[in-house]
Amino acid sequence: MAERAAIVEMKKISKNFPGVRALSGVDFRLFPGEVHALMGQNGAGKSTLVKVLTGVYRQDTGEMLLEGKPIRPESPLAAQRLGINTVYQEVNLCLNLSVAENIFIGREPMKLGRIDWKTMQRRATEILGRLNIDINVSRTLSTYSIAVQQMVAIARVLDSSSKVLILDEPTSSLDEGEVVQLFKVIRKLRDEGMAILFITHFLDQTYDISDRITILKNGEFVGEYKAKDLPKLDLIAKMLGKELSEFSYTPGSKEAKKASAESKKGANLVLQAKHLGRHGSIAPFDLELNEGEVLGLAGLLGSGRTETARLLFGIDGADQGETFIKGKRTNLNSPRAALMHGIGFCSEDRKNEGIFAELSIRENIILALQARMGIAKYLSKKQQQELADKLIRSIGIKTPSANVEAKQLSGGNQQKVLLARWLATEPSILILDEPTRGIDVGAKVEIMELVLNLSREGLGVIFISSEFEEVIRCSSRIAVLKDKEKIAELSGEAMTESGIMHTIAGGK
Amino acid sequence: MKSLIKIDPRNLPVLVTLGLLVVMWIVGSVSFIGFFSLQNFFNLFIDNAYLIILGVGMTFVIITGGIDLSVGSMLAFSTMLTSSLLEKSGWNPWAVVPVVLASGLAVGLFMGYIIQTFELPPFIITLAGLYLMRGLCYVISIDTIGISNQAWQDAAHAQFNIIGNNFVSLGVLIALAVVVVGIFISRSTKVGRTVYAIGGNEQSAILMGLPVARTKIMLYGFSGFCAALAGIVFTLYTLSGYALNGQNMEMDTISTVVIGGTLLTGGVGSVLGTIFGGLVYGTIQVLIVFQGTLNGWWTRIAIGFLVFLFCFMQRLFEARKTKGKKEIKAATVAAEAG
Amino acid sequence: MAWLKSLTQRRIFWPLVALAVLMCFNLFFTPHFFRVEVKEGHLYGNVIDIIKNAAPFMLLALGLTLVIATKGIDISVGSIVAISAGVSAMLLGGDLGGVPKNPIAFAMIIAVLVSVLAGMWNGMLVSRIGMQPIIATLILSVAGRGIAMVATNAMIVWLYIKPFAIWGQGYIFGLPVSIFVVAGMFILTALATRRTALGLFIEAVGINPTAARFAGINAKNILFWVYAFSGLCAGISGLIVCSTVMSADGNNAGLGYELSAILAVVLGGTSLNGGKFYLMGSMVGALIVQTLTTTIYAFNVPPEIAKVVIALVVLIVSLLQSFNFRSMVAGLFGKKVVA
Repeated sequence: MAERAAIVEMKKISKNFPGVRALSGVDFRLFPGEVHALMGQNGAGKSTLVKVLTGVYRQDTGEMLLEGKPIRPESPLAAQRLGINTVYQEVNLCLNLSVAENIFIGREPMKLGRIDWKTMQRRATEILGRLNIDINVSRTLSTYSIAVQQMVAIARVLDSSSKVLILDEPTSSLDEGEVVQLFKVIRKLRDEGMAILFITHFLDQTYDISDRITILKNGEFVGEYKAKDLPKLDLIAKMLGKELSEFSYTPGSKEAKKASAESKKGANLVLQAKHLGRHGSIAPFDLELNEGEVLGLAGLLGSGRTETARLLFGIDGADQGETFIKGKRTNLNSPRAALMHGIGFCSEDRKNEGIFAELSIRENIILALQARMGIAKYLSKKQQQELADKLIRSIGIKTPSANVEAKQLSGGNQQKVLLARWLATEPSILILDEPTRGIDVGAKVEIMELVLNLSREGLGVIFISSEFEEVIRCSSRIAVLKDKEKIAELSGEAMTESGIMHTIAGGK
Repeated sequence: MKSLIKIDPRNLPVLVTLGLLVVMWIVGSVSFIGFFSLQNFFNLFIDNAYLIILGVGMTFVIITGGIDLSVGSMLAFSTMLTSSLLEKSGWNPWAVVPVVLASGLAVGLFMGYIIQTFELPPFIITLAGLYLMRGLCYVISIDTIGISNQAWQDAAHAQFNIIGNNFVSLGVLIALAVVVVGIFISRSTKVGRTVYAIGGNEQSAILMGLPVARTKIMLYGFSGFCAALAGIVFTLYTLSGYALNGQNMEMDTISTVVIGGTLLTGGVGSVLGTIFGGLVYGTIQVLIVFQGTLNGWWTRIAIGFLVFLFCFMQRLFEARKTKGKKEIKAATVAAEAG
Repeated sequence: MAWLKSLTQRRIFWPLVALAVLMCFNLFFTPHFFRVEVKEGHLYGNVIDIIKNAAPFMLLALGLTLVIATKGIDISVGSIVAISAGVSAMLLGGDLGGVPKNPIAFAMIIAVLVSVLAGMWNGMLVSRIGMQPIIATLILSVAGRGIAMVATNAMIVWLYIKPFAIWGQGYIFGLPVSIFVVAGMFILTALATRRTALGLFIEAVGINPTAARFAGINAKNILFWVYAFSGLCAGISGLIVCSTVMSADGNNAGLGYELSAILAVVLGGTSLNGGKFYLMGSMVGALIVQTLTTTIYAFNVPPEIAKVVIALVVLIVSLLQSFNFRSMVAGLFGKKVVA
């Protein structure tokens, strides 16, 4: 069958932000009548590429062609007028309005100067019918599940001039049945000739729905493949930037293996989760952490690692299951409770969940400790200064003084401040979510050594990282997560990169 | 049709308010002699015509999640301007009305422009507007200006008989006209629906290509316009302009809107509900008058309490919604692959 | 001139400059503006008047500073002032012979207690029920005035109890008593917020509520107590107001105070967006607002027009704080603005 011409061509697209090369010379093509998945890990540039296509950003260099003609959309509205439509993960509709209204608002059918509700509802039903959806269009959108809301969002952008449909992580909030429904709709649209760009983290779904896959890594184009020509393992390898043959046996660090061996005898259980789960967030899991042990959580983006951490730290409430700390059943229903029980949590979203931009580094560091000590026992300025200086030195935070506002620091240094905050509380359990993200290579090594030292001193650490290498290096055991579920645990000699990847590829 | 009459959950708040109104009237009629009469009911409208007009304008503002604290002072200013133009400058009533209305519109648009363009909190800007307008009142005159203009007096004393000897005033007719316009805008015009969209999710509304900025500015203009119109109606009621008019009226108006079922967080509300809210407000005052022993200011406390009750219920409702979001499923989805 | 640079960088610098400029402006029209004499055993002069009249606002600004620091707002303070004045006046009684119905201390304590309860009500709505602060405090500002009027039976209560007058009208060591009250509250608040972790926690909650929660701070409690404290300040302020005019007018007491208090806090350097707060700045801000009012009166302008000027100042200050406005103005000069 002769290949149809690409409807969208992006050639050598580059986009830089201050200090970050988001995209360098990326090529991308979309074909009509195809579902094309865009894949990559953190910082790959997926969302930037889409934002360039939809007019949110303008590229620095490179060109875009739509049906052979160059385009430069200046805004999402301009892109819409060109026929490029996007449906986002957070459904961008108004939940307080009816289904029909959400589809037609802004271009409602009018009759004699009034809105023609009857016609609007009739046409809404028709459009949804095209997607094989039969619902009461006069009910408020909020009464419907997110799956239906997404279909309505798709219905809104469909009209005769729609050429390209971009679906940005449409399945993150859907359960299995809803994903099936959505995919039926997508296939129908594809068969009608629509070019569909599909962004997702879920590996299995990618293979379920896509005809073509493009992989990005660190802002660069890795390759474009037909889905049937790309085995799962290859996909994972390319996303991580490795060649399969490069996988030699990478044993975990000697210390970690020793710790693992030591911890097996007379295990000192410091944290135990039994069947802990939260609907829509992470499937029920069992987890054990011993004193002096580093448990790594490995998985691809979106596999549920942060969700696991949030449950363990009490940020999210569990729907089911129990947590035990040092053998005692504990109700961790808030971060404060977790703090009082000796748990620390270094969030991966340091901007929104960690750093206080206008407070000094010193204040940022002592905050959690102070929170645990209470309002009355205020650490004197001298004590704060000493503690802060000590941690600044030991972790290597680059700053002229501890009294500088945290917002002046680079991202990497801010991450270190966050780490310092939790270390200051001398916890017995420390959960680190992507502690090495955005940090230079030398500092990464420092942090990993720090983690190992801490475990040697008896601290139980849960270490989350997207870099399998790091996880293997630091951990004595690894829990593998995939698609919001813990699927396996690896230890000893099974802890290798290929081992992890095979587990992810092969499991479920 | 199907088995039972299904109540659209969107109408629930309005029905609650209506129910409250009915209950209050029953209690009043049972407790006090002379309470239950058609003229008393019409008096509710006559005495609160201004409040209803204010309420219509405020409803739209609150649906978008904003607030307008200047309406009371705007009303006072418009009474001053009206009476001053009529009495001191000897203008023709037909010239006075458009000028006063235009002043309300202009002030409202100005505030809306500042709020929208510079992204400033509505309560601060309209609070400043409150003091600005009140001050302008005093610029016109510190004393009351009585209106002796014959045409105005005739209009003020006009009685329109509905059902026998029971009558309503011109103000009531104007108020009802505003209500009808308000309901029409909110249900049948693009602008009206845009208002609801903005209140539901402003970000989404922008992404959906709706003229959000323009609409928000127009809303404050409309609120100012209604306040000016309410001022004119108020002069028909009191036949004077007085700078101390309208004190606390903004709170009364907001309370009316909230009791009428409009969410202060935006996105949900109706003009019809606001009418009922206004009637509830009026009924509370009548009840207290009939009761005889209670200080009139108990109205304020009762209103505050009702507002709290409604806000509290709204909060509970919202909290339950976010918890049980996943539990609500759609209706049937056709299984055919087509 | 490094010392000059570091001086200008202190947050208190610009508010003090504004105050000084305003006062000097007065000098043009009232040549004896800065003259302070000793009359009847105490200091007397325009500047003293300003300080005395600013006292109630300084108290309000104190409480509001902490509320605003948590990213909140309290527009009920005017109504709480009225409630406090009303309750104390009623408990003291309007006996012409000057005999109080209840001991003065008792009346004052009850009035303050009621005000704290009012603040706690606000705090509960904001922290437990999760209402937006503007709405939660709006309810009390509506109902509060009703409560005040009910407490005073909708009449202005006149007091003839001489000892009570000391709070608003008396002098100690030549200075107004009210300023000592303000100073006392200021010192207590400053100690409570800076000598304990409270100030840090309040700022953390205002800067990043989520991160504060994750760091183990009990944000709900902090929110509850700052509103209660705002009620306390408004209560004490109400006592001073009542004592100054020896009467309680439920309708007019505290009317419009919230706008002036908010302006004072903003002028003092605390941002409406929450975060770092400056108690001293708010004190200076209140003095600026009072000086502004006095300046306007010097032109024989009626009080209501004075409020117009305040409103205009609020408008201008808000515009200056708006990033969009600064960008627009800077754009006219071809410059760029950093957020």
